[in-house]
Amino acid sequence: MRYLPLTAADRAAMLATIGVASVDELFHDVPVSARLDGPIKALPNHQGELAVERRLREMAERNVPAGSVACFLGAGAYRHHVPASVDYLIQRGEFLTSYTPYQPEITQGTLQYLFEFQTQVAMLTGMEVANASLYDGATACAEAVMMANRVTRRKKAVLSGGLHPHYCAVTETEARFVGFELVEAAPDPEGTEDLAGLVDDATSCVVVQYPSVFGQVHDYTALAQACHAKGALLIVVVTEAVALGLLPSPGSMGADIVAAEGQSLGNALSFGGPYVGLFACRDKFVRQMPGRLCGETVDADGRRGFVLTLSTREQHIRREKATSNICTNSGLCALAFTIHLSLLGESGLGHLARLNHAMAVQLADKIAALPGVSVLNDGFFNEFTVRLPRRARKVVDALTARGVLAGVPVSRLFPQDDRLADLMLVAVTETNTEAQMDALCWALKEVL
Amino acid sequence: MNAMTPPPTSASDDISAVGGPGTVSGHRGLQLEEALIFELDRPGHAGVDLPPVPDVPLRLGGLAPRARIGLPDLSEPEVVRHYTRLSQKNYAIDAGIYPLGSCTMKHNPRLNEKMARLPGFADVHPMQPESTVQGALQLIDALAHWLKTLTGMPAVALSPAAGAQGELCGMMAIRAALDHREGGKTARRRVLVPESAHGTNPATAVACGFTVATIPANDRGRVDLEAFKAKLDGDVAAIMLTNPNTCGLFEPDIVEIAQAVHDVGAFFYCDGANFNAIVGRVRPADLGIDAMHINLHKTFSTPHGGGGPGSGPVVLSEPLAPFAPYPYLVHTADSLRLVESAADPTADGRAFGRLKGFHGQMGMFVRALSYMMSHGADGLYQAASDAVLNANYVMARLRDLLPPTFEGPCMHEALFDDRSLKDTGVETLGIAKALIDEGFHPFTVYFPLVVHGAMLIEPTETESKRSLDRFINSLRGLILRAKAGDTAHFDAAPHFTPRRRLDETQAARKPVLRWKQG
Repeated sequence: MRYLPLTAADRAAMLATIGVASVDELFHDVPVSARLDGPIKALPNHQGELAVERRLREMAERNVPAGSVACFLGAGAYRHHVPASVDYLIQRGEFLTSYTPYQPEITQGTLQYLFEFQTQVAMLTGMEVANASLYDGATACAEAVMMANRVTRRKKAVLSGGLHPHYCAVTETEARFVGFELVEAAPDPEGTEDLAGLVDDATSCVVVQYPSVFGQVHDYTALAQACHAKGALLIVVVTEAVALGLLPSPGSMGADIVAAEGQSLGNALSFGGPYVGLFACRDKFVRQMPGRLCGETVDADGRRGFVLTLSTREQHIRREKATSNICTNSGLCALAFTIHLSLLGESGLGHLARLNHAMAVQLADKIAALPGVSVLNDGFFNEFTVRLPRRARKVVDALTARGVLAGVPVSRLFPQDDRLADLMLVAVTETNTEAQMDALCWALKEVL
Repeated sequence: MNAMTPPPTSASDDISAVGGPGTVSGHRGLQLEEALIFELDRPGHAGVDLPPVPDVPLRLGGLAPRARIGLPDLSEPEVVRHYTRLSQKNYAIDAGIYPLGSCTMKHNPRLNEKMARLPGFADVHPMQPESTVQGALQLIDALAHWLKTLTGMPAVALSPAAGAQGELCGMMAIRAALDHREGGKTARRRVLVPESAHGTNPATAVACGFTVATIPANDRGRVDLEAFKAKLDGDVAAIMLTNPNTCGLFEPDIVEIAQAVHDVGAFFYCDGANFNAIVGRVRPADLGIDAMHINLHKTFSTPHGGGGPGSGPVVLSEPLAPFAPYPYLVHTADSLRLVESAADPTADGRAFGRLKGFHGQMGMFVRALSYMMSHGADGLYQAASDAVLNANYVMARLRDLLPPTFEGPCMHEALFDDRSLKDTGVETLGIAKALIDEGFHPFTVYFPLVVHGAMLIEPTETESKRSLDRFINSLRGLILRAKAGDTAHFDAAPHFTPRRRLDETQAARKPVLRWKQG
């Protein structure tokens, strides 16, 4: 029991100080019927590091790590190279084992990096202000819709057919319980939907994804204008933050709120979590934002310092009138994001984004040259949609057996729509090699 | 500004603008000042080396590539130094006792970190074919088994991203079950919440479409049973009760409360934030609860990380289990698979929806399971015992100077108030800030709200007796100092921190939420 520092002598002395004969007496408020008389027998007893490590390694080794094969999976989670210093720095105990910075005098480290993170997110999205992070991109999307409802005092949101189905589903769940209306456009792999026509005087917001879940990039300037003409907000969702190193920012197109997934900077795939939700908006909406905010101030000696602020929006002050029930952010994942982005900097991020895009263009051309295969998108970042002559799930399974994780079958995301069954999403990052791209094309050729 | 400060040569060298008096540099020994990363910008540097970009035309659908973003450029050593210096401005459980009541700041074993970083867990994409992730699903299944066995509950929803989202999950399952039972939107409107509850509880109830009715506490810090029964009727959907409660006390009438709730057709949501006090010693199922979230970052030692990420699985009773959200795990003849949406052929459509992207906080699952396996059933039993023992020891050793708010043994945390500071001119906040100067993280202040000037001390089981004695002796010394009338010491504290007291009023009145080019 290596995590427990009390010795038997300590325990005896402490019980004597308290004035009870045994710890059991301290549990006297527990109904007798609910007291266990000893450790639960259905579970194993304590084990040393070696035994635990051996057992967990067995489980880990039953998985195929994405890095051990040619992997072209994206659809909202991207495998980028994370510099070694990121993981070293976030494991410093002063970051890892600190709590929410409620005592700012002894948590200036956390507070300063959150302030820097907020600035980076605002810059990246082209917005005026950002919060200290939310759970993930999907929850950030749902929170953005609820914020738009509060700001506009309307209760109808329009969701693009290019929005990731998980993001739709999380927003639908909130809509059911909170009580607001959703207008959901049909899946839009070709990128031809007209959302402006769905906006009316009751619409609180339109939610689009950039690039869309099918990889397509769009200029949303006209849509933003159409929204604003009806008093609605434009929410832009981004699931691949690296794209913002090359694409014009959502803010420059007129977005009012940006909700994004920050995993692709600093954070491992980790089978889907923990990730980090990015949330940015216009200054004038700041008091309607969900989640934590860090702000600059001065200390008693007049020196610059940082504190959590505007907490009158939050549940621990406002209780049932809070802007959301959120209590934590995604602190350590936000730290990984901000360190990675600091290492990249202006020049590195631009370079990384161009590299991803150029490699994706090369692969798209190679795949489009295969007989019976076409690429749907005319504009994309590092992910595009391929139409196959067969059901994509079968193709993906056949390629998995050949050591290639070829892509995400669109049917896994949109299982209800059989017309999409021959589509596959293919993502390329700097971690892919030319040999892997060739292997993908060869394997595709073989199974088709 | 100090008269000896040399003129700044650039924005980033002007450390005296943010630094303290007394030294030329603004640093004070190991307390190193650090500018904002944007002020360290040296355009043209990069902290990464990337391969050249293939020379192909852009294919951005007619969009022009982005112009300047404004991010700073730095080399790798500068970045490492920046964050290392920032880290040194933080207090952490690795460095000392962190007795924040209701937060369970216990030791974070590094084995957990090592396990979560195995490529078989960390480098697995959530959309990989299920044949390539059977070990990950096996781990999720194993975690579910431990959580179900420890709580005695038949089902668990693993996807909630944090405790507050776990509350949402549990309350949404309750609403879905009521809607299903009544064949439409339930007519039940109210959720009963004790006044001592975490703020997340009422916020959650409202987010699920309910209104909140507050139940008062009795003079022993527990739910007032008569007041509770007076508010209980067929309009009540659920009660949300924290147990052990936020006063650090076990609710002795909990079984009776559960029975009464069930008798009117309502459900019992238990806030499991304080599960650490009873894990392995009491199974919540035996108390009659229907749903309870478990903060893996509290009870099961996953790191708090400066405010997340958390993980908040929810155990569910038989009537609520069918309403658990997507995705959920099912066993087939020879493998494990995830049911991800209502379109799955095996889904019966009762799942209430989806709470987050993908499948849950996998990295936290690995850490929590690593902790559970290390402790085992016997270790968890002992951990809960020691957590309660430590809290009672703190209470016993402070009692003569700082009377506890409620008599009798506490569970995992000891609650005090500011009665004994009356007429000293020193308040709870002053004691907390002075503790910082003594080298300790303060206790939770001013929560629960039902107690005036609350001081809530949760030492956890991972503090040694020596560590507790040092903390207690310092706190006793401070209380004596307050009683001796040295108010100036407390008003000015902390003195020895990287920053002294910060002006939170200014921060809120004129919010500066980002850096801007000067």
